[in-house]
Amino acid sequence: MNKTLIAGFALASTVLTPIAASAQTEVQFWHAFTGRLGELVAAQVDAFNAGQSDYTVVQSHKGNYSETLNAGIAAFRAGEQPHILMVFEVGTATMMAAAGATKPVFEVMAESGATFDPDAYIGSVKGYYTTTDGDMLSLPFNSSTPVLWVNRDAMEAAGVDPDTDLSTWQNVGAVLDQLKAGGEECPLVTAWQSWIHLENLSAYHDVPFASKDNGFAGLDTELMLNGEAQVAHLTAMGEWAQDGKFVYTGRRNEGGANFRSGECALFTESSAGYAGIKAEAEFDFDVRPLPYWEGVGNAPQNTIIGGASLWVLEGHEAEEYKGVGEFLSYLSSSDVQAQWHQDTGYLPITTEAGEATRAAGFYDENPGTDIAVIQMTAKEPTANSKGLRLGSFDQIRGIIDEELEAIWAGDKSAQEAMDSAKERGDALLRRFESANR
Amino acid sequence: MEKRVTFRGWMLPLLLIAPQVVVSVVFFFYPAGQAIWQSLFIPDPFGLSSQFVGLGNFEFLLSDPFYRASFVTTAVFSILVTLCSMIPALFLAVIADRLIKGSGVYRTMLIWPYAVAPAVAGVLWLFMFNTRVGVISWYLGQLGYDWNHVLNGGEAMGLVVVASAWGRISYNFLFFFAALQAVPRSVIEAAAIDGARFWRRFFTIVLPLLSPTTFFLLVVNIVYAFFETFGVIHTITAGGPQQSTTILVYKVFSDGFVGQDLGSSSAQSVILLVVVGLLTVIQFKYLEKRVHY
Repeated sequence: MNKTLIAGFALASTVLTPIAASAQTEVQFWHAFTGRLGELVAAQVDAFNAGQSDYTVVQSHKGNYSETLNAGIAAFRAGEQPHILMVFEVGTATMMAAAGATKPVFEVMAESGATFDPDAYIGSVKGYYTTTDGDMLSLPFNSSTPVLWVNRDAMEAAGVDPDTDLSTWQNVGAVLDQLKAGGEECPLVTAWQSWIHLENLSAYHDVPFASKDNGFAGLDTELMLNGEAQVAHLTAMGEWAQDGKFVYTGRRNEGGANFRSGECALFTESSAGYAGIKAEAEFDFDVRPLPYWEGVGNAPQNTIIGGASLWVLEGHEAEEYKGVGEFLSYLSSSDVQAQWHQDTGYLPITTEAGEATRAAGFYDENPGTDIAVIQMTAKEPTANSKGLRLGSFDQIRGIIDEELEAIWAGDKSAQEAMDSAKERGDALLRRFESANR
Repeated sequence: MEKRVTFRGWMLPLLLIAPQVVVSVVFFFYPAGQAIWQSLFIPDPFGLSSQFVGLGNFEFLLSDPFYRASFVTTAVFSILVTLCSMIPALFLAVIADRLIKGSGVYRTMLIWPYAVAPAVAGVLWLFMFNTRVGVISWYLGQLGYDWNHVLNGGEAMGLVVVASAWGRISYNFLFFFAALQAVPRSVIEAAAIDGARFWRRFFTIVLPLLSPTTFFLLVVNIVYAFFETFGVIHTITAGGPQQSTTILVYKVFSDGFVGQDLGSSSAQSVILLVVVGLLTVIQFKYLEKRVHY
């Protein structure tokens, strides 16, 4: 009796599904956003679905960045891959090397006939995801760049003028002394230490992070993060850590909690920290450009992005790729981008979206929100500031984190730690090279 | 004489062991075989191509000083977890065994932590020792001790050991408590009449009689420390600071699932298989001789 019922349902559902599906082509979109960002993504998807009747985009959250990439890879191996997969910038080289698994975005757009103008995208954003021939491989989705957040109340409490010039690390160093002397227990805290204090530091001073144009020009790249500029910066940071002027809280964005609670005075964090800080901070804060060392390299050059891009995976029907093309085109449209930029603090990916935001008066009402955009776009990127394209980079970041911890703890000098990071990281780069030969 | 049941023919005995064999093959031999096979290659993450490297993965691992250091970390971690979970458990069991009233309540309370999943236990302990909002780290700060397990490797190790051992105390307590109940009262009473005091009776009579249980728990706890503490480490330290809490199993996970390096990850599983196999053989060969059944 029960069996017949189940069989009946099974039959009914198999008969009915194709009818439903023939009306709308389904596009699977896997992403890594929860909380407020998750809601905003869901809203974008809903708006797209409501705006046309040919395609349905189904969005699903698959865990944090690493977990989402893993889920995508595992699904690909099982033949169950989504159409669109969000991959963080660190996974870019992995995706690029997997030529048989991904379908380049420029190809998807050309085949689908959706509106697509590669020149509309901001150079320093799309450069990260574009081949040396100028072909866009994945669509930049959420991109941010590090800036300096200032707790003005904490500065005043320690007797420091909150409007002090903090554009150089030399000035920041002096302010840290004053903050410490003024009784501030947490003068400086950071998030994403490798991204901000090594990867961006290198780009900002126009010194290489790795050979072969930071990996853009070939898999036979080697790390160069033990250079003079990097070591000098980390030596200073290490001294600040020893003196209690820089407080280390963890490898990811743990420091955000310390800053948002008002405990810390200065905070180097992604521009996308904006949404959280604005929501939680019960003090007067402002945003400054990331500091640089006066007189080192060509600083200030431009900073590089972090965040994620959308990759299209192989193995689906042409009709479905058409839907993918439409969706990606919708995401890049000026209105959607401008809204996303204003809601989240992520950078607009097209020049037009940035201009629309300015025209709407958003930057005047929210001073400082354009600093990240200016910092990224003020100068044409050089080979050292275009981005990074290194295999096994998630693991290499882990190694860098470990070595940085050794500096903060006073176990190693900055030079020793970075020499060791280079040696260990290079071993992984050679492995990646041989796996993708 | 040993009792032996003899079956006629082969079919029935084969049928009876079949479920066990099938389970072992599907869940152990097949994946283990896969791991050994994959350890000879460097595959790309998507499984599109792979390079045969022979023993290259093993060479790569064993020439890495951090991997070799991870053996020491694992040994220190396992020994500490085993000691910290067995000694308090035995102590609590002995005390609970002496209770006349209310032992049911104590037993229940003591067994409770076992119901907490390792990852959840990890988060609980992390919360108490959080460098910013943790209750315990705050009290330590009041006492003038600056707790910072994100930078201090020793403190990080201590924290993961305590978090891993905590839930395990309940499990060990259960076994010790049952074993204590099985110690014949007459022997203890005889010793008491001879004038032996409690702790003397404990060390000369009770402890030797507990040895089969102790041995069993030793093996089980070491296996636990090796393989099942993963959740605790992942939630509390993620192997840091500077790899001071990266035990072998955690490295298998982080290289395979974070680094997408399945070749190295498989080679590590194979090494781990050999290490645990050897450990178990050693335990049975040398320690078991000293166990009285």
